[in-house]
Amino acid sequence: MCTYLTEKLEISGSAKGPSGWIRVSDASVYFDHPVHASGEHTLNIDFLNPPMGPSARVAVELSAESARALAKAIAVVLDSAPPGLA
Amino acid sequence: MYDAVLAETVTITGHGGEPIEAYSARPMAPGPVGGVVVIHHLPGYDRQTKEFTRSLAVGGYNAVMPNLYHREAPGASPDDAMAAARAKGAIPIPNERIVGDAAGGAAYLRGLPNSNGKAGVIGHCSGGYHAFLAAVSLPLDAAVDCYGGFVVGTPPDGHPLEGIQPLVDRTKDLSCPLLGLFGADDVAPSPQQVAELEQELKAQGKTHEFHSYPGAGHAFLQVDRSAYRPEAAVDAWQHIFNWFGQYLAG
Repeated sequence: MCTYLTEKLEISGSAKGPSGWIRVSDASVYFDHPVHASGEHTLNIDFLNPPMGPSARVAVELSAESARALAKAIAVVLDSAPPGLA
Repeated sequence: MYDAVLAETVTITGHGGEPIEAYSARPMAPGPVGGVVVIHHLPGYDRQTKEFTRSLAVGGYNAVMPNLYHREAPGASPDDAMAAARAKGAIPIPNERIVGDAAGGAAYLRGLPNSNGKAGVIGHCSGGYHAFLAAVSLPLDAAVDCYGGFVVGTPPDGHPLEGIQPLVDRTKDLSCPLLGLFGADDVAPSPQQVAELEQELKAQGKTHEFHSYPGAGHAFLQVDRSAYRPEAAVDAWQHIFNWFGQYLAG
């Protein structure tokens, strides 16, 4: 089934795609059908720079298990950073 | 046997009279042949659904697939267009716009030189929902719903589709015979929802034929997915061509 479930957020940073590095200002996080991954539903993240057009996008499609592990790892690293840095 | 097929990107007139991109696949036989509007699934106007469209042409039908996300990202690759539409909050696309784009596809097909004047619709996943939507909204000659979710049932609270009316309530408006292809292990639509839809079709006296495949879930026709079930898919394709042969050919 199509879940349509999407969270959108503003972000600040850069991402690297086939054409090199781009600034990214927006992200879409959604659990829905993937384009390339083999699972029927995956946790998908698009890092976007809308003013540069639809192709200014770095995308990942992760299994639910991988996505949860990634989220946990991100939190662990940020929480472990020296005080005042993150 | 002459079996040439031409597949190409074309421009059709979509909802609101707007030009939109579409993928057209047509047998080069002089005809007359029927036509099929293909409605893509949520991941978009992708390679797999273009292949599906070409398969219909190889089977003897003119087929056209409107790019439902063209307005959000003209000229973009299909996956980028889907992502752009999602980022802009355009997904789910309003039903009114889907119907307008499907009507544009049907008009394109009926206007082809080798058309017999008949047009049907087919879609899978969200496109199955949209195929049913088109069939209760437009004058068509045949429809195929491949495991469309939410034709029956109300989306749960908080779901992006919350508030939409179940299409089953519009069964009385169905304009053409309906073929339904479902996986018995699917949860959207569940076997109970498929049964409810069939009950309503019977109550309204609508011509229909349903097939539910044991051991198959959602997306069993998707050849590049782990959900693919070759035995069910081969049988389903046979039913698709039988259905269109019965109601679109000639």
